[in-house]
Amino acid sequence: MSLKKKITMTVNGLTVNAEIEPRRHLVDFLREDLHLKGPHLGCEQGACGACTVKVDGQIIRGCLYLAVQADGCEVETIEGLTKNGTLADLQESFMRRNAMQCGFCSSGMLLAAAELVEQRPHASREEVREWISGNYCRCTGYHSIVDAIVDVLEARAKGEKIKPVVAHA
Amino acid sequence: MKAAAFDYAKPKALSEAIGLLSEAGEDARLIAGGQTLLATLNLRLSEPSVLIDITNIDELKGISLTGNQLRIGALVTHTEIEDSELIAKHAPLLKVAVPHIAHRAIRNLGTWGGSLAYGDPAAEWPACSLALNATMLIAGPAGERRISAQDFFVDLYTTSLEPDEILVATEIPIATSNQVFYFHELARRHGDYAIAGAALVAEKQGNVLSECAFTFFSVGATPVMAKKAQALVNGRPLTGELIASAVAAARDEIEAMADITNSAETKEHLIGVLLERGLKHLLAE
Ligand SMILES: Cc1cc2nc3c(=O)[nH]c(=O)nc-3n(C[C@H](O)[C@H](O)[C@H](O)COP(=O)(O)OP(=O)(O)OC[C@H]3O[C@@H](n4cnc5c(N)ncnc54)[C@H](O)[C@@H]3O)c2cc1C
Ligand code: FES
Ligand code: FES
Repeated sequence: MSLKKKITMTVNGLTVNAEIEPRRHLVDFLREDLHLKGPHLGCEQGACGACTVKVDGQIIRGCLYLAVQADGCEVETIEGLTKNGTLADLQESFMRRNAMQCGFCSSGMLLAAAELVEQRPHASREEVREWISGNYCRCTGYHSIVDAIVDVLEARAKGEKIKPVVAHA
Repeated sequence: MKAAAFDYAKPKALSEAIGLLSEAGEDARLIAGGQTLLATLNLRLSEPSVLIDITNIDELKGISLTGNQLRIGALVTHTEIEDSELIAKHAPLLKVAVPHIAHRAIRNLGTWGGSLAYGDPAAEWPACSLALNATMLIAGPAGERRISAQDFFVDLYTTSLEPDEILVATEIPIATSNQVFYFHELARRHGDYAIAGAALVAEKQGNVLSECAFTFFSVGATPVMAKKAQALVNGRPLTGELIASAVAAARDEIEAMADITNSAETKEHLIGVLLERGLKHLLAE
C-alpha cells in the first residue's frame, strides 16, 4: 500500500503538482523536491525560525507543516519574495546594517520582519525585539537585525526608501 | 528528526471526522494547527497510523456573539484571537494573554481548541478559560455534551475528552462593564512557556472585588484556582493587609510542582508575587 498523496499548490507563483508521503514536511519538500534552498532547516521543533515560509499570505514554520496540508495553497519562499520585490527595502536595510552575518537565519528573519512591517507599522523597538526573538540568530546578536528593521519602519513612516548600499546596475 | 510514516485524511464535516476517529481508534490523531503535534511526531514521541486533519470543518471555525456568550470555535487560531475586535471588546483577558504564546509564525497556525485539548499546564488558554468560567462544547459518536472548564482539565496533558471526541467550541460569558482583569507571566524569554503565570478576573465596585477568579498556570498538573484567596478577597475592601493575607493563603493552598529548572518553593513564591502585583494592579484600575 502506498501512502502517497497527490497535491497541487502554487509555489512562488508557479503551479506545482506532486505525489508525496504525508509525513513530508513542507520545508523538506521545498528544499529537496523543488530545490528551493532559501528556507533552512535548523531545529525541526518550531523554535529557531530558519524554516519560515509563507502559506496563503501568513508566515509559518515549514518544519511544523506538512506538504500535504499545503494542497491547494499559495506558498511563497524567500526566492519568490526576493524576485517580486516584496522584501527589497528590508534586504537593503539588512545589508546597510550588516544584519546578514552568516546568513543562515536571514531568510526566516526577513520573512518574519516583513510580516511585522506589514501588520505593525508603528511597532516600537521593543516590539521589534519581541517579534524577532522567535527567530534564532547564532552569529553575534540581534542588535544589527533590530536596527535594520527599525530603519525600515522609520523610513516607511516618512514615506522614504532605504538607500541601496551597492549601486544596482 | 523526521516523523514516521502515517496516512492522512481531511474530512469536510464534523460527523465524518468523528466517524474516521472512532474507526481508526487509538492509532489516529486529530491535527488542527499541528504546532504541538508535528513537533512531537518529529521527535517520534508518538507514531500514529493516521492524521485526521480537521482544518476544513466549518463547524469548528469562527468567533461569534450570541446574547451574552462569546463562542470561540476550536479552530480559531491564536492570531485570529490577537486580531479580533470581538475578543478585544468582550474577552479582553485573551487579547492581553495572546502575545505571550510563542511567536507570530506559530500563532498563525496554532489553535484555541488544540491548546485546550492538549491540556498543557504551562499554556495560557487553559488558565484563561478557567478564569473566564468557560464551557467546552464537545462532539462524539454519542452526540454533543458540554462541560465546564473547571471539570475539563483533569491532569497533566489530560482533559475529560474521550479519544473519539472532538472539541467543537468554547462559550465564554462576555465581560461586564465592572469586570477587571490582570494577566502576567514570568518567563525566561518572551514567547517561552511561563515559569509561573496568573490570570485574575473579578467584578469591581470602588475598592471591593467580587466574583473573583484567581487562576495560576505552569505551577501544577493543570491550571489551578486559588479558592481560599478568592474567598478572602471576595466582597471586602481591598487593603494592603487583605492583599497580604490573600498572598499567604494562595501560597499555602496551592501545591506547586517543580520543573527542570525551578523548585516547588520558587513557584509558590512566584504565585504570591503574581497575586500581589495583580491585586495591586486591579486596585489601581
Ligand atoms: C516553539 C513553540 C512555542 C510554543 N509556545 C507556546 C506558549 O508559549 N504557550 C502555549 O500555550 N502554547 C505554545 N505552543 C503551542 C502552540 O500554542 C500550539 O499551537 C497549541 O498548543 C496546540 O494547538 P494546535 O492547534 O497547534 O494543535 P495540534 O498540534 O494540531 O494538536 C495538539 C493536540 O490536540 C489535539 N486536538 C487538536 N484540536 C483538537 C480538537 N478540536 N478536539 C480534540 N482534540 C484536538 C490533537 O489531536 C493533539 O493531540 C508553542 C509551540 C511551539 C512550536
Ligand atoms: S527548523 Fe523550523 S523552526 Fe527550526
Ligand atoms: S546571520 Fe548567522 S545565524 Fe543569523
